[in-house]
Amino acid sequence: MTGTDILLSIRGLTKAYPGVVANDDVSFDIGRGEVHALLGENGAGKSTLVKMIYGLVKPDSGEMVLNGAAFAPSEPQAARAAGVAMVFQHFSLFDALNVAENIALGMADPPAMRDLATRIRDVSEQYGLPLDPYRTVGDLSAGERQRVEIVRCLLQDPKLLIMDEPTSVLTPQEVEILFATLRKLSAEGTAILYISHKLEEIRALCDAATILRLGRKVAECTPRETTAREMAELMVGSELLVPERTGKAPGPVRLALKGLSVRSPSQFGTSLKEVSFEVRGGEVLGLAGVAGNGQDELLAALSGELTSARGMVVLEGKEIGQLGPMARRRMGLLTAPEERLGHAAAPDMSLTENALLTGAEREGLMANGFLRWGKARAFAKAIIERFDVRTPGTENAARSLSGGNLQKFVIGREVMQRPDVLVVNQPTWGVDAAAAAVIRQALLDLAEGGTAVIVISQDLDELMEVSDRFAALNEGRLSEVVPAQGLTVEQIGLMMGGAHGMEVAHV
Amino acid sequence: MLRLEKRRQPSRIWAWATPLAAVLATILFGGLLFMALGKDPVVAIRTIFYDPLFGQHAFFYRPQLLVKAAPLILIAIGLSLGFRAGIWNIGAEGQYIVGALAGAGCALAFYPMEAWFIFPLMILSGALGGFLWAMIPALLKVRFGTNEILVSLMLVYVAEQLLASMSLGLLKNPEGFGFPGSRNLQQYESAHNAELIAGTGMHWGVAFAFIMVIFAYVLLNRHILGYHIRLTGEAPRAARFAGVVPARLVIFCLGMGGALAGLAGMFEVAGPAGQVSIDFNVGYGFTAIIVAFLGRLHPVGILLAGLLMALTYIGGEIAQSNLGLPAAAIQVFQGMLLFFLLAVDVFTNYRLRFGRGVAA
Repeated sequence: MTGTDILLSIRGLTKAYPGVVANDDVSFDIGRGEVHALLGENGAGKSTLVKMIYGLVKPDSGEMVLNGAAFAPSEPQAARAAGVAMVFQHFSLFDALNVAENIALGMADPPAMRDLATRIRDVSEQYGLPLDPYRTVGDLSAGERQRVEIVRCLLQDPKLLIMDEPTSVLTPQEVEILFATLRKLSAEGTAILYISHKLEEIRALCDAATILRLGRKVAECTPRETTAREMAELMVGSELLVPERTGKAPGPVRLALKGLSVRSPSQFGTSLKEVSFEVRGGEVLGLAGVAGNGQDELLAALSGELTSARGMVVLEGKEIGQLGPMARRRMGLLTAPEERLGHAAAPDMSLTENALLTGAEREGLMANGFLRWGKARAFAKAIIERFDVRTPGTENAARSLSGGNLQKFVIGREVMQRPDVLVVNQPTWGVDAAAAAVIRQALLDLAEGGTAVIVISQDLDELMEVSDRFAALNEGRLSEVVPAQGLTVEQIGLMMGGAHGMEVAHV
Repeated sequence: MLRLEKRRQPSRIWAWATPLAAVLATILFGGLLFMALGKDPVVAIRTIFYDPLFGQHAFFYRPQLLVKAAPLILIAIGLSLGFRAGIWNIGAEGQYIVGALAGAGCALAFYPMEAWFIFPLMILSGALGGFLWAMIPALLKVRFGTNEILVSLMLVYVAEQLLASMSLGLLKNPEGFGFPGSRNLQQYESAHNAELIAGTGMHWGVAFAFIMVIFAYVLLNRHILGYHIRLTGEAPRAARFAGVVPARLVIFCLGMGGALAGLAGMFEVAGPAGQVSIDFNVGYGFTAIIVAFLGRLHPVGILLAGLLMALTYIGGEIAQSNLGLPAAAIQVFQGMLLFFLLAVDVFTNYRLRFGRGVAA
């Protein structure tokens, strides 16, 4: 790469937070029109690095050169003015406003609504992401919401587009559409900094990759010429453990849903429509689906937070649709919701108190309603030891734990209660690879012991790794349940709703 | 430049130090306030905090301390259960009035019979009166999703009208020469909430207040129901997940708050106040909200806060009569206490950093 081809040059960026160095002397170059991957586990420092490029965080030392000139944005406004745009992993859109209104909100000086709508239409057509400016955002699918964010960036005519984990909310077909757009942008000279930990995608899309581990740059590679396994090992810094499992004949049906229909309690939630399946002891049922297609509602309907008609949920032959969480737990149906802080665990309460949250009855942590703190502490300690939760002790607040450690605690709390049926939603979301392997192995071991395990996840690789049978949620409906072995990515994508009825403009 | 940084863990030291820091800041700024009014700040502060306990006339004021603190503690304990769970009962004053009316009504129904069971029956009716009055906002909230803050507060004014109507009508003393107000229960032996030990101010209400402090402590720290109350306040979704039924918790918390406020009203009307009268309520129900927060919603804290608040009341009255301080200045002084408590509270969850900060 010669000097004039380089768009952004990052030299020795360092940023330390109290107790942790998020970035340590990171240097790399991004060329014009290059699709550059930034790879690393959670906590490797990817987010801090892009936040510095986008002006959200100020580096402690180091410098950046954009287009041959020194670049030190003090705020996102300045970064945008210099031609840097970013699509965040979590969308910042207002459900109740339409597409054009949402885009206008982010502009310093928005044009008249009609002109803006025309421009949105033009730009979105041009890049193969058709979008109706007058639709309410609350009615859009996750993929379409992402289009809104991308179009919002493209309207600024950026030179560098940063994308943070863009495919986590997309079906495989939608990923293809997105990649076509990104390739077109790249061909026109826009550089793309692509953050992800999905290695096959990076191999399909990116020209170059920088790999971070614990805040340091550990390697650079050309993804097309490197295997996914090599990249994974560079990321983790050691050999990866692949969960082990042994084939075994499934046992009796433990849990059955019979035409489960429940209204979502929230306005923009997804109601469940006629969901039916059976899970047997000893098997893992994987449920895929793009975020917001009824996963939260399904978990709530299984945990008992949402009740339904009696016969819609049948546990070991007993109708339990009308029962609340405590009664279901007593009968052996345990769950672990997606949101760790505030749902699966109370952030400001200690780990001992959080162990009580679901374990009070099954683990005998209370007698006649009176709490047995000693036993609760011992239970919390047992979870911490068995699942290698990194924390100074049982009396630390849940929010003081990192995401991965808290997730190990939350999953561990349910696994240790020896459930007959365990339902987990996004068990390894935001968890580093080593912790994810521990959690998956624990789920498989549980199934080995005769538990029926249901894994709801948006991570297809994870589902293919653990599931015996597979189905997908799409707008609150469940696809047919099929054996997981031998499924192709295309088949899975179609089960997830294909491109979600999104149009593809031909470019 | 100063900036605040969120602590990874709430600080245990600050959780206990904030009330003390707030009291000290109040003394400091209150002193400045009294100085601005032309009074000697040291004398004023000593009059408020020292004289009621150890001054020349302390033998008279000390019993008053318990008499004033008991209803505050009793009501604040009930309120704190709800506040812990994020259920905001602001209408304890009304529940206090209705409890007093129910207790006095029960006694007057038996008048002039003398029997051992009358006083226990009054206790039950007082608690029941407050409980039922609190069930109005509770059931409206559970059934129709109304805001318990507004409903419970507005019912205070309804209760005040009820009180006026009762003192002028149904409960009016037939031998009272037409004056408003009921018979004096202090002169009706079976109904009189007399001092248990003469000259100490210790009456049944004080005993109940101490018992409820212990009860609330055990409930919150040792019982699953108390755990669920705390869990609901900290993380409502997690509470639902744990299996807490929000409607039941609303009914329990508002009910307990109402029953304890009702009890406080009943003990007051049968003892220190003696009769139902138009101006029977003096704002204990509202002050108890301050007491609950000053005590950090912790039973032992509330016990101490109730005593402290009673002290400022009594001391404030002495300062008014002896030093000629305006009543408004005393109220400002009491307001400062809550203000500083809330202000200093920030340090429990945040730490102060000096130097140039970078937004993270």
